[in-house]
Amino acid sequence: MSHVEKNLDYTAGEMMTVTAARALENGTTCFVGIGLPSEAANLARLTHAPDVVLIYESGTLQTKPEVLPLSIGDGELAETALTTVSVPEMFRYWLQGGKINLGFLGTAQIDRYCNLNTTLIGDYTAPKVRLPGGGGAPEIATNAGEVFITLKHSKRAFVDQVDFITTLGFGRDGKGRDGVPNIGKGPTRVITDLCVMKPDPETKELVVVSLHPGVSAEQVQEATGWEIRFTETLESTPEPSARELEVLRGLKERTAQAHAGQ
Amino acid sequence: MAEILSLHDAVTRYVEDGTTVAMEGFTHLIPFAAGHEVIRQGKRDLTLVRMTPDLIYDQLIGAGCAKKVIFSWGGNPGVGSLHRLRDAVEKGWPHRVEILEHSHAAMACAFEAGAAGLPLAVLRGYVGSELPNVNDQIKFIECPFTGERLAAVPSVRPDVSIVHAQKADRAGNVLVEGIVGVQKEAVLAATHSIVTVEEIVDDLDTHPNACVIPGWAIDAIAVAEQGSLPSYAHGYYPRNNRFYKEWDAIARDRDTFTQWIEENVMNAGETA
Repeated sequence: MSHVEKNLDYTAGEMMTVTAARALENGTTCFVGIGLPSEAANLARLTHAPDVVLIYESGTLQTKPEVLPLSIGDGELAETALTTVSVPEMFRYWLQGGKINLGFLGTAQIDRYCNLNTTLIGDYTAPKVRLPGGGGAPEIATNAGEVFITLKHSKRAFVDQVDFITTLGFGRDGKGRDGVPNIGKGPTRVITDLCVMKPDPETKELVVVSLHPGVSAEQVQEATGWEIRFTETLESTPEPSARELEVLRGLKERTAQAHAGQ
Repeated sequence: MAEILSLHDAVTRYVEDGTTVAMEGFTHLIPFAAGHEVIRQGKRDLTLVRMTPDLIYDQLIGAGCAKKVIFSWGGNPGVGSLHRLRDAVEKGWPHRVEILEHSHAAMACAFEAGAAGLPLAVLRGYVGSELPNVNDQIKFIECPFTGERLAAVPSVRPDVSIVHAQKADRAGNVLVEGIVGVQKEAVLAATHSIVTVEEIVDDLDTHPNACVIPGWAIDAIAVAEQGSLPSYAHGYYPRNNRFYKEWDAIARDRDTFTQWIEENVMNAGETA
């Protein structure tokens, strides 16, 4: 398909956040990761999904932060939450108990079967780069109904095989969830600054389903560490609206001011 | 019954070289003042347990206090790496530190199991994760009722747990408000516990379902005003997000880090 030109002035990062936000349906109970997922989830809440229920692993349930939290446990989250529960309660009752429709995660590395690596680059006993580790992700990815993943597209992030499976997508062979009882659907959507991908319904291999305006298939391939497939019915991701951009920029500006002042 | 001690005396009495210590507080109420006191007293070979090592363990690791770290997410929240943790793991500075890593769900369950006096925690976890390949403390068991395969981890039973809270009354009963993390579990799971507080008051002035830890379940209370900065105390002061960002540059370099510790911990009073 030919390139679609951009009409409004926006960055690739804004395109990613708006697209990720739009994927969130109003009323969903969403377990939110810090960073890009949190930015997208709050944009959704401030635009088309006012009744989305945002839950952070710090125990803050149904929170409505005015500014984006820097950490997963900023005071802003507790102050604007319906209630704040202990961390064991959060993971046991709310996540493991099956009350979460959607987990929204970021990652350092992702592979063709959506496995996530946030543990390390290189060998475990002699790591080249030690990353923060699993945090809530391993159980969010298996105990939430489904999972969205958002991250910037690059060859460093999109690798053929992750160095370490911190968090299950579909395993090394795409069959990692087959026959496992009481497990969520797993990743259903990956949103980057270039495109949107979904796992193939059969093989679970990631397939590009839509390109962002101004982005070519070659660009996506160039930023992906394996031969990425494109669906036959490849679409163009709808552009952000003026309102979405305005709300997102306002949110980020308030956030920057709040964090600089502290 | 909780004894009201100075922070110095509480740490001297309960934190010995080689002990297993959990300093908890999930982003909120991190007991930094107590961590600094442990550094000042030059404690060594500690096994440090904490879901999110955060800056507090980055400082303890860089200052040479740690032998082993048990954790589930070791980053500077919203900023990036913990450079001292990384330097210890990747390059063995100031010495090699052993790590044992879990997921948050498993650690939260392990603290809860510790508080409940159980030897293990059971959870529907680690499915498809390679963490069990590198952590021999993660096992799988079969549910005797349904046959479901579930993860099991040993409970956390620290020699001493240290947490920070808003206030205690004169009998040592402690009120924890806001994000309560696994603080109560950490205190109840430990052989001994120290709670640092912003202030001691006559009356906790609380409500029936508040998170109150009874004084008779705590060993020592120590007043540490602003004792969780740069973390925060809900209702007292906000998180110093700017410092969390600044820490990245301070901790990236061994010399800058050492100098920071000298100036802000070693040569500072007990309130630092």
